[in-house]
Amino acid sequence: MSSSASTLARAARLYEAPVGKKAVMAISGVILFGFVLGHMLGNLQIFLPPGIDGKFPIDAYGEALRHNQPLLYGTRVVLLIAVIAHIISAIQLATLKIAARPVAYARYTPIASSYASRTMYWSGPILAAFIVYHLLHFTTGTVHPSFRDLHVHDNVIAGFSVWYVSAFYILAMVLLCLHLYHGIWSMTQSVGFSHPTYTPKIKLGAKAFAIVIAAGNISIPLSVLFGVVK
Amino acid sequence: MRLTLHIWRQKSPTDKGRMVPYTLDSVSGHMSFLEMLDVLNEQLIGKGEEPVAFDHDCREGICGSCGFVINGVAHGPRRGTTVCQLHMREFEDNAELYLEPWRAAAFPVIKDLVVNRSAFDRIIASGGYISVPTGSAPDGNAIPVPKQDSDMAMAAATCIGCGACVAACPNASASLFTSAKISHLGLLPQGQPERHSRAVRMVAQAKDEGFGNCTNIGECEAVCPKGIQIENIARMNRDFIAGAAAYREAQAEAGAG
Amino acid sequence: MALNPRTPSGPIEKRWDNAKFEMKLVNPANKRKYNVLVVGSGLAGGSAAATLAELGYNVKCFCFQDSPRRAHSIAAQGGINAAKNYQNDGDSIYRLFYDTVKGGDFRARESNVYRLAQISVNIIDQAVAQGVPFAREYGGTLANRSFGGAQVSRTFYARGQTGQQLLLGAYQALERQIDAGRVKMFPRTEMLDLIVIDGKARGIITRNLVSGQIDIHMADAVLLATGGYGNVFYLSTNAKGSNVTAGWRAYKRGAFFGNPCFTQIHPTCIPVSGDYQSKLTLMSESLRNDGRIWVPKKQGDTRPPQQIPEAERDYYLERIYPSFGNLVPRDVASRAAKRMCDEGQGVGNTGLGVYLDFGASIERLGQQAISERYGNLFEMYERITGESPYKTPMRIFPAVHYTMGGLWVDYHLMSTIPGLFVLGEANFSDHGANRLGASALMQGLADGYFVIPYTLGNYLASNPLDKVAGDHPSAQAAKEEVEARVRTLLSIKGRRTVDSFHRELGKLMWDHCGMARNKTALDGAAEKIRALKGEFWQNVNVLGESSDLNQSLEKAGRVADFLELGELMCIDAADRNESCGGHFREEYQTLEGEAMRDDANFSYAAAWEYTGEGKPAALHKEPLTFEYVKPSQRSYK
Repeated sequence: MSSSASTLARAARLYEAPVGKKAVMAISGVILFGFVLGHMLGNLQIFLPPGIDGKFPIDAYGEALRHNQPLLYGTRVVLLIAVIAHIISAIQLATLKIAARPVAYARYTPIASSYASRTMYWSGPILAAFIVYHLLHFTTGTVHPSFRDLHVHDNVIAGFSVWYVSAFYILAMVLLCLHLYHGIWSMTQSVGFSHPTYTPKIKLGAKAFAIVIAAGNISIPLSVLFGVVK
Repeated sequence: MRLTLHIWRQKSPTDKGRMVPYTLDSVSGHMSFLEMLDVLNEQLIGKGEEPVAFDHDCREGICGSCGFVINGVAHGPRRGTTVCQLHMREFEDNAELYLEPWRAAAFPVIKDLVVNRSAFDRIIASGGYISVPTGSAPDGNAIPVPKQDSDMAMAAATCIGCGACVAACPNASASLFTSAKISHLGLLPQGQPERHSRAVRMVAQAKDEGFGNCTNIGECEAVCPKGIQIENIARMNRDFIAGAAAYREAQAEAGAG
Repeated sequence: MALNPRTPSGPIEKRWDNAKFEMKLVNPANKRKYNVLVVGSGLAGGSAAATLAELGYNVKCFCFQDSPRRAHSIAAQGGINAAKNYQNDGDSIYRLFYDTVKGGDFRARESNVYRLAQISVNIIDQAVAQGVPFAREYGGTLANRSFGGAQVSRTFYARGQTGQQLLLGAYQALERQIDAGRVKMFPRTEMLDLIVIDGKARGIITRNLVSGQIDIHMADAVLLATGGYGNVFYLSTNAKGSNVTAGWRAYKRGAFFGNPCFTQIHPTCIPVSGDYQSKLTLMSESLRNDGRIWVPKKQGDTRPPQQIPEAERDYYLERIYPSFGNLVPRDVASRAAKRMCDEGQGVGNTGLGVYLDFGASIERLGQQAISERYGNLFEMYERITGESPYKTPMRIFPAVHYTMGGLWVDYHLMSTIPGLFVLGEANFSDHGANRLGASALMQGLADGYFVIPYTLGNYLASNPLDKVAGDHPSAQAAKEEVEARVRTLLSIKGRRTVDSFHRELGKLMWDHCGMARNKTALDGAAEKIRALKGEFWQNVNVLGESSDLNQSLEKAGRVADFLELGELMCIDAADRNESCGGHFREEYQTLEGEAMRDDANFSYAAAWEYTGEGKPAALHKEPLTFEYVKPSQRSYK
C-alpha cells in the first residue's frame, strides 16, 4: 500500500510542503508587518518640535533604543530570522513556480488577481535591496553624505534633501504598500482563515494598513523636500 | 462571422509544438466553441490535413473533459462556463483567437490541445475518499448533517476536475482542485476520521506531481466553471497544518499476530 | 439455444435472499487469484471495480475517457430513487417495484425489478457513508422530492448534479483501491474485442488511445459496464464518446442483444439550431412542474410567442390529458410534441420545437420563486440559446436520452457467454420498454455495488477455469483481427468524413426508428443502413496514423459498429408488432393515438443472436410472466 505510515510520515513534514512554506511566509510576514508599523510610528516623531532642552524627540527616541541593548538586539535578531525565513521561503516558492510551468503561454490574460498579488515576486526583491540601502543609509551611515551617529533628525534632513534618494524611498514605499496589501490578507488565508463575512473586511483592513504605512513613511521625505521639516 | 484562429499544434508529447494560424468563415453565433472546431476539423480533413485534437465528451459542462486557453483565459471569456458551453455569440466578427493547451509541468501535452491530467487522479487516490467498504454503511439518516455543512460540502464537491484552475494559476498550482475535495469530505461528519491525514497526504501528492504552490492570487476561482471558491484553500491549509503538526509515529498494534 | 434467465422461484420478496444463500462463495484467500476485467468506469463499472477489489479480487478497469471520473453517468441530473419511505408518504419496496414494472410497460422481468427496489435502500446508505452530499432538511435529515410523476417522494438528489456526486463517490472508492494496488486502471483505453475460449469469456483486446498499442488482457471473467448506445442517433443527450463498440464486439462473439429497439426519448431538450449541431442538451424534467407546454393553434404561425394571444395557443397536453396535463410520462409527452410539429404547429426556425412557458408561473409565484427553483437551468438555457426564459418561452423538443435495450443478461447479470457479465445501461434488464425518471442511477449502482459481488463469486466458485495466457490462439487471432480492422480503416482514404456517415445514420434512425415507427419505414431504413455501411467501408476518410492519439480513427471504429447496430434496431422494431413504452408503432395505436400493447403475442424480451456476416440475426424469446403486477393499460387522461 503506497499510502502507508511512512508516506504519511514524510508528508507530514510541515515545512517540506508548499503549504508549510506559505505558513512560514505568513508568520515571518506578520513579524515584519509588526515591525514596519512600529518603525513608521517611531519615525513620525520627526514631525514633533524640539523639546525645551532643544533636543529633537526623535533623537531622544534613538538614544533610548540604543541604550536598551537587550531590546535592540532582541528585535534585530528576531527581524533577521524573520527576513531570512521570508526570503528563503520566497526563493523556494519561486523555484517551484518556475518548475511548475516550463512552457509559458503565448497569451496570458489575468482576469481577477490584483496587481499587488502578481507583483509579489519582484516587489519583494526590490524591497530587500531597499532595506540594505536603508540600513547603509541611516543605520551605519555608509552611503550617507554627512552621517553623525545618533543625530537622527539631522541625518534624515540631510539624507532626504537629495531628491533622487527621496524618490527611491518613495518608490520603495509604493512597492511596500502593494506588498503589504496582498501580504496582510494573504497571511490569513495561508494559515487557514477565510470566511465570507470576515475576509472582505480583512482585505479592506489590509488595504487601509498598507496605505497608512506607505503614506506615513512617504510623508517624511516629502516634508523634507518641501521644507516642512527643517 | 469570420475568425482567425491561432492554434497550438503539437504532434506528440515529445514534439516541440507551435502556433498555427487558420481562418474560418461562416461561423454561426449559435455554434458552441467546440462545434466551431468540429467545422474547422471537417474542413481540414477535406484538405487532407490532420484535424485538431481536443478533449471533450459530455458537451454539457459537467464531465470536465474539455478545456483549453482562449486568448489567455482558461475556458474563454465567459465566467462559470466550460468551452463546450461557450457559444460563438460571445465573440465579435473578425476576432483573432489564440488557443493553447493547459500549460503545467504536471499536465504534459499529449497532442495539440489535449493534456494528460492523470495527476489529478493520483491526488484523489492519495486520500480523496472516505474509507467505507461496500456494505458497511449505517442507515442514511443515522448521522444528521447540518444543512449549512451539507450545502458547503456540495458547493466544493461540484468540482469537475477540468484543470482550469491549474491552467490559470501563475504558479500552476493545483490547490483549488485539491482543496475542493479536502473541503467536501472534511466538512461532513462521515469525513472526520480521515480529515487531517487526508489533507496531509493530498497536499504532499500535489507537490510530488509537480504542481506549484498557492500564492493566494485568485485567478483559479475566477476561471472555475463551477464557482469553487478559494475559501476551500484556506480550509485545506488549516487541515494540513493541524494534521502535520499533530502527526506522531504510529504505535505498533498491541497483540498483533 | 434456449434462454435460461435463472430467475429464482418462491415469493418475490424472498427471491434475492434465497438466491444469495444458494450462491457459492469464493474462499477469501483465493479471491486474489482471480483476475477480473471491468470495462467502463461509470456508476456500474466504477462501483463494481471498487467493490470487487475490496473483496480481494484482482481487478483491471478500463475507460476511454482520460479519467474514470468522466464517465457519462456524471451527466445525470435529477436524482436517484430509493424505497426508504423517509417521508412517511406510503412508499415501500413493493411500491417502487410496482411503479417500475408498470412504468416499464410490462416488458421487464419481475424478479429483477423487485431486487432492484430492495437494493435501492442500501445504495443510499452506501452513498451517504462515502460522503455524497445529498440535499438535506434543516434538521439534518435527507431531503426527497417527487420526480417524473411519481405519487411518492422517493427521489434523493444533490442539486441538479446527482449523477456527478454518485459517480464521484464510486470514483473515490475506486481510486482508493487503485492506490492500494488492488485495481489497475487503464484510462484512455478502448475495448475492441472479446476473447472467448471454450465458450467462456476469458479476456479482451484493447487499444491504448494515446500510443495506439493493441494489447491482450486475459482474465477469469469480463464485466461490461459500457453504457448505452443512444449515439446511434448521432444527436442525443449522450456524451460524444458514448458508444456501443464493447457491447457490439461481444454480440459478434456470441452474446445476445436484448430489445435493441427500446430507446427512451426525453421530452425536454433544447432543440437543434443548425447542421453543425453536435449534441443535444437535456433540460431537467422538473421544468414541467411549473412550465406550460403549448404551440400556436395556427399552422406556420411565425409571430413571436408574446404576440400570440391566449386564445390562439394550444396547450395540447392539458387539452388531451386533463388529469396529468404537463406531467404525463416522458414517452407520452415526447410523442405529443412530435405530433404537433408533424402537423405544422412547431415553433422556432426549424419548426421542430414547442414552447415551455413560465409566464403564468412567474405571474403567480413571482420571478424570485421561479429563479430559486430553476435559476441554474434558465441560465444554462440562456447560455446555449441566447434567449432568457424569464422573458420569452423556452423552446424544447424531444431527444434520445437512454437505451433500455442492451446485451441480454440473466438474473445473475451474465450474458449468453459464460463469464461475460453486463451491468448498468449496457444490459437490457430492469426497465422494460420505458425507464422511470431517477431509476438509471439506481440500477447502475445496484448492479455494481450489490449484485455482481455475489453473482460473480458464484460463477467463479462453480466453474473451474483452465489457466490461459495471452499466447492462446484465440487471443492472438482476436488481436490480429483488431489490428487488421484498424489498418483497413486507415487505408480506405475515401472522400467522406466519419462524422458525415454518422450524421446520415443518425438522421435515418431518428426519422424511421425514432419516436414513431412503422413497418414500411423500418424496412426501408434497414435497407438504407446496409447500403450506408457498404459505402462506409469504401469511402470513409480517416487521416493520421494508428500510433498516436487519433480521434478520427476512434470515431470511425465506433461508427462502423453503430451502422450494424442501427440495422438490428430497425429489424427488432419492425418485428415487435405492438406499441409499448418507448417503442411506438404507428400501426398499433388506439383511435386517440395512444400506444396499444399486445400482451398475448409480445410479452417477451427479444434476444438477438449474431449468426455471421451478412446473415440475418436469429431471434430468441424470453417469455415474461407477471405474477404480481398484472398488466394493465396505462392511462393518463
